Amino acid sequence: MARLKPGRSKVAHAGRLPHHIATDIVKNKYLYIMLTPVLAYFVIFHYFPMYGAIIAFKDFNPRLGIGGSDWAGLAHFKDFFGGMYFWRVLKNTLMISLYDLLFGFPAPLILALLLNEVKHALFKRSVQTITYLPHFISLVIICGVIKDFTSSDGVINDIIAFFGGERVTMLLEPSYFRTIFVSSNIWQHVGWGTIIYLAALSAIDPEQYEACKIDGGGRWKQMFHVTLPGLMPVFMILLILDIGRIMSVGFEKVILLYNPTTYVTADVISSYVYRIGLQDFQYSFSSAVGLFNSVINFALVVGSNWISRKLNNTGLW
Amino acid sequence: MRVSLGERIFRVCNTLFLSALMLATMYPILYVAFASFSEPAQMMAHKGILWKPLGFSLDTYEAVFSNPMILLGYRNTLFIVVVGVALNLLLTSFAAYALSRKTLRYRKQLTLFIVFTMFFGGGLIPFYLLVKGLGIADTLWALILPTAISAFNLIIMRTSFEAVPDALEESAKIDGANDFGILFRIFLPLCKPVLAVVGLYYGVSHWNSWFNAMIFLQDRSLYPLQLILREILIIGEANAMAEGASQDEIIILGETLKYATIMVATLPVFFVYPFLQKYFVKGALIGAIKG
Repeated sequence: MARLKPGRSKVAHAGRLPHHIATDIVKNKYLYIMLTPVLAYFVIFHYFPMYGAIIAFKDFNPRLGIGGSDWAGLAHFKDFFGGMYFWRVLKNTLMISLYDLLFGFPAPLILALLLNEVKHALFKRSVQTITYLPHFISLVIICGVIKDFTSSDGVINDIIAFFGGERVTMLLEPSYFRTIFVSSNIWQHVGWGTIIYLAALSAIDPEQYEACKIDGGGRWKQMFHVTLPGLMPVFMILLILDIGRIMSVGFEKVILLYNPTTYVTADVISSYVYRIGLQDFQYSFSSAVGLFNSVINFALVVGSNWISRKLNNTGLW
Repeated sequence: MRVSLGERIFRVCNTLFLSALMLATMYPILYVAFASFSEPAQMMAHKGILWKPLGFSLDTYEAVFSNPMILLGYRNTLFIVVVGVALNLLLTSFAAYALSRKTLRYRKQLTLFIVFTMFFGGGLIPFYLLVKGLGIADTLWALILPTAISAFNLIIMRTSFEAVPDALEESAKIDGANDFGILFRIFLPLCKPVLAVVGLYYGVSHWNSWFNAMIFLQDRSLYPLQLILREILIIGEANAMAEGASQDEIIILGETLKYATIMVATLPVFFVYPFLQKYFVKGALIGAIKG
């Protein structure tokens, strides 16, 4: 072997795994057998669609397939950025996220602080059990109930009419959409969101409270000098992660609740991708919009994680 | 210890507020329950909130249970949940075990390869074209295979596998067990609570999912429960359910039918939830720490 020219030995190894990978596979053959279906799954269902996303730069033709379709360059992106719906879907996505951040984000923290003050164990557990429950109800049912309650002869309108107000089919009113969307989100997830804060609260050393009391600190002092600082790391991580998700309003709830009359406030990027892609079959254009959203989302998560690392020395990775 | 007046006022207000919150959380659920047991005709005439069922009738439940689509939906959903969770747990524990072994030289790179998919994806359309291309589009596999492993649940399980003492693995190896034996005879029995947590998360997500079914299934006999519910609750085909009834009956029955349908579809969750709550919470915490 030693006398073979380097070039020839490379040829001999071409198509084979590098030596150190091969030895690892031999050494851990059962682990690699376990990993084979797992990696196959991720390659097929996650990485292949990433390759498939190149149809955003092509004019996809189902007969020719992903590889065979003609290139279109950035035409679809230009169409999207110059199109009439770009600002609408961007604004709606940001507005819903912002509302969610403004009202939905602090809600679990406040509820956790209130729960933490409850001394009666059974009462506390009842509140927790009941407020966690909606988290597990399916979205289709939640949206079905929303539709029923907000319809013109629904219970909310019955109450409004009782006090002399006008009946309105709220899901047909663009101005109500964000309120309905965000408030039902809070209703469904506020209890569940307290879990992580309650865990952080129970991790605070009781001696800190004692020390604060000895220094003459009342309830408020204890809250501002012990409780809130103790929750700060968790709060910051969650906040930064939420900011990282600001461009990714999920389409499932949107497409269950919206309709053409409310598109003006309800249509977000992901629901737009769904509609033009799978209802109008503009595969390439829709992929371009989706890819734009994926890239922005990824950049936001990476960016927010980087900030979290700088500020708190904690992050997702 | 002496309790100051301010503190006492706070406690009373806090208790009142939290009680109101419980009521606000439960009321929509109670309303649906009350309405589902009400006499359809009384319900139709009623305006405003409900504090108890109006009359008592099980007619609508009869209509729901004799509806072939609901029963079919239930059957399909059960199949998806059972087969789906079995596959989920098998593959997730394989991955979690392999990636928690320090002897695996590339475990960091392999973990990154998997975790990356949590933050970046090709998007809806390439995913849709892939499933179509695989030829599983109009089968229940389209609802099971694409969600075979969740990277998030994988991390939860890996975290708990990492906490198992190395000595157990080493002594099993000396006794001649291979990795499969170690996983099935030592790790999984030791980590049953986490297995339960992850299994529950997978089960709930299969039970609740509807979108993939909507875009992939043409054959109505394969529809899962949530997709049937969507037709009834969102698209508003409640009336179409009561086959064989007269037009007037249909309209009146339709008033309470959707509520009974919601109850029938949600009761399994309500029954299971109180017993499993602590597992759900445990999962949320492991996930939060290492997520």
